[in-house]
Amino acid sequence: MTQRIKFFLINNGPLLTTITIFILVYFAGGRLYPAMQKPQVFFNLFINTAALLIVSIGMTFVILTKGIDLSVAGMIALTSAASAALLVNGVNPIVVMILMLLMGIVFGLAMGSIIHYLKVEPFIVTLMGLFFARGMAFIITLSSLTIKDPVYRYLALTKVHIPFFEKAYVYIPSLVGPILLLVAIYLANFTRFGRTVYAIGNNEQSAMLMGLPVARTKIIVYAFGGFCSALAGIVFSISLLSGYGGYAPGMELDAIASVVIGGTMLTGGVGNVIGTLFGVLINGTIVSILQFNGTLSSWWTRIGVGALTLIFIGIQSLFYMKKKN
Amino acid sequence: MTDSQNILSMNRIKKSFPGVAALENVDFSLRKGEVHALIGENGAGKSTLIKVLTGVEHPDSGSIELDGKPVQVRSPQHSQELGISTVYQEINLCTNISVAENIMMGFEPHNFFGIDWKKMNALASEAMKRLDVDIDVTQSLGNFSVAIQQMVAIVRSLEVASPKILILDEPTSSLDVNETAHLFGVIRKLKSEGIGIIFITHFLDQVYEITDRITVLRNGKLVGTYNTTSLPRIELIGKMLGRSLTELDEVSKAKQKNEQKKDTESLVEAKGLGLTGSIEAIDFELHVGEVVGLAGLLGSGRTEIANLIFGIDTPDKGSLKIKGKKINHFSPLESLENGIALCPEDRKAEGIVGDLTIRENIILALQARYGWFKFIATQKQYEIAENYIKLLGIATPSADQLVKNLSGGNQQKVILARWLATDPQVFILDEPTRGIDVGAKAEIQKLVLQLAQEGKSIIFISSELEEVLRTSHRIVVLRDRKKAAEYSGDVDDHTIIQTMAGIL
Ligand SMILES: Nc1ncnc2c1ncn2[C@@H]1O[C@H](COP(=O)(O)OP(=O)(O)OP(=O)(O)O)[C@@H](O)[C@H]1O
Ligand SMILES: [Mg+2]
Repeated sequence: MTQRIKFFLINNGPLLTTITIFILVYFAGGRLYPAMQKPQVFFNLFINTAALLIVSIGMTFVILTKGIDLSVAGMIALTSAASAALLVNGVNPIVVMILMLLMGIVFGLAMGSIIHYLKVEPFIVTLMGLFFARGMAFIITLSSLTIKDPVYRYLALTKVHIPFFEKAYVYIPSLVGPILLLVAIYLANFTRFGRTVYAIGNNEQSAMLMGLPVARTKIIVYAFGGFCSALAGIVFSISLLSGYGGYAPGMELDAIASVVIGGTMLTGGVGNVIGTLFGVLINGTIVSILQFNGTLSSWWTRIGVGALTLIFIGIQSLFYMKKKN
Repeated sequence: MTDSQNILSMNRIKKSFPGVAALENVDFSLRKGEVHALIGENGAGKSTLIKVLTGVEHPDSGSIELDGKPVQVRSPQHSQELGISTVYQEINLCTNISVAENIMMGFEPHNFFGIDWKKMNALASEAMKRLDVDIDVTQSLGNFSVAIQQMVAIVRSLEVASPKILILDEPTSSLDVNETAHLFGVIRKLKSEGIGIIFITHFLDQVYEITDRITVLRNGKLVGTYNTTSLPRIELIGKMLGRSLTELDEVSKAKQKNEQKKDTESLVEAKGLGLTGSIEAIDFELHVGEVVGLAGLLGSGRTEIANLIFGIDTPDKGSLKIKGKKINHFSPLESLENGIALCPEDRKAEGIVGDLTIRENIILALQARYGWFKFIATQKQYEIAENYIKLLGIATPSADQLVKNLSGGNQQKVILARWLATDPQVFILDEPTRGIDVGAKAEIQKLVLQLAQEGKSIIFISSELEEVLRTSHRIVVLRDRKKAAEYSGDVDDHTIIQTMAGIL
């Protein structure tokens, strides 16, 4: 029995550490700034990190295959700019959303195919993707375009009340991430696609020799990443009710950091999406603490997240070494 | 031979890599219900032929027919769909996912919700038990030994679809007698069900025990296909090597000459050395110029002793003296400084760097020993590398070949060369001849005795008893992670087998 517990702790060590750190950080915030103890502040995390959560989920799969996707923030910007432009021209909002998601998927498929078939490093391909997407966004519009579409406004402003918490609410777009999370958990654990992702991350050659569909899975992973980025872009443009090529600067790095803090290893094959949720929440909590403080520069978020990411990579290696023995 | 019997025929297969003609117009056929051995020296092209058949490599020319119909195998996945199931030479599974997944992935059971984990685990566990391996299949594969991983690979090949052709590329290289016997039981059963089996091995005993026909390759060329019963062993070796093998006799003679050197200074002295959960307290001594063999079944604790002495593991009882100096801090680096080297069992995980060249791989340990700032002149590096390539007969176009492009056996030789190059005083060889052909094996055994003659001491670990007997001055037999007995080198193999099995 104790043996089992030991195994459980070692196998789930990084995840448990992430959850513990989240709780610690959150309670520390609550002690420093009693206003943070209100339930709404917790739910604000979901409002503020709606887009980040979505891209981080996509990023988790990419990193699990030992890849990386630097294009996500560019895709968010492009989606926001493109949807704003289309909406201004009176295109039906549902059609806009479908078009955006298709664009994300095609974009991801293209990057995935280049990475797999032409054997170019994911780092390079997706960095080009980032430049391309941001560039396209600025070609569409050089300044911020406001969205006045009623459907978008409705989605942006409708509060969803949280059961059991009086007066606590989130907005409709904040629900997309958590729902996607459930889908992602299912994909990762109960489908051949998901398990193949893990196998590829451990050893692509082996996965290929096991007769697993390596090419297809890798390309789908990037397509899913592109889909998530476009989805995040839609959520982003709904919450800001505007589109602009400069939106979400550096969010790809926040996403990577959240995934790593969530216990997924950059070396591939190890990690899970639940961890990513907590990685994102930690990121959001640090931001709110700084907001409550009000005097510190927002760059402290980056410093905090950076430090945590480093600590995490250290913790992971420790667990990894333990596991090897 | 009527062609209608053939479930597979490969005709005039040609495959070249830069600088190497791996296969030159090789013909191969497989009948229903036969076990067909594929034999040849390291680098002869056996694995390449298999890779062509399973779609990992695509032939430059030649054709493949399955059940009389021409096919083009596109990928490993495609070959599985065609009913070809393969255990590759290097274990090709994923260590991060569970044993059950490694066995079932691609054929995993589903229920309305998705993957049916419960059923998958049950099926996998059952399949492992059929080979008499009782383990927790929900643990990740990486938690298990090479031997278990090998068994998992075999079980996977048996479970996937229902194969018409089963390919086993050196499946027994890390298995012990019992496990091999189990595997052979399964092979016989499959054979009676009409499945054709291609079996690659360097163990000639196994060839004669289980196969019906033998195809011999040499330097990428077909030497011929023979009925096993009509090809005497000595002729088989001749066909493989293209010369006859007299070196084995020389090995035994060299050992005789060595015998007197026993009572010299002791280099390694372990008293009650042990580690809970790994190996029980053991006394062990190694003298100058001595070869001590460690015999025992898999999991009997051979590798564990090596790991303790080399400082990979830290013992929790007993003491260890190296050259009379007590060791307090256990670490491989310290051991290297004390003149001990270990050639590890699991070459893929612990040794070989596939993306470096042969020369770089061989120099690695030596450079570490010199310190990273004392650069070894390139000229000198080539000299060392080329020396070992010749000495061990590494089949390669040049010292600049990437190691991952070498055949399995030749990679093993590179690792061995790496540690030989450091010129240690005590040499721990853990399964140094695994996957190495008979000719090179004899070469390595000779080398071991020659080193002993020069005053080096060697701990020689091998599953092949014959080899231990041929080289060792003293033999320590392990059983159930304990020292069971110690014999002098002239003990007969019967006594050792009985000790290993626990009868004596
Ligand atoms: N990808 C590759 N690139 C270059 N050369 C290769 C490659 N794969 C194999 N070779 C070469 O082809 C030859 C045949 O190799 P192969 O792996 O078929 O040998 P083998 O008979 O299986 O030997 P072993 O008994 O050592 O496993 C070797 O000389 C090897 O170096
Ligand atoms: Mg081979």
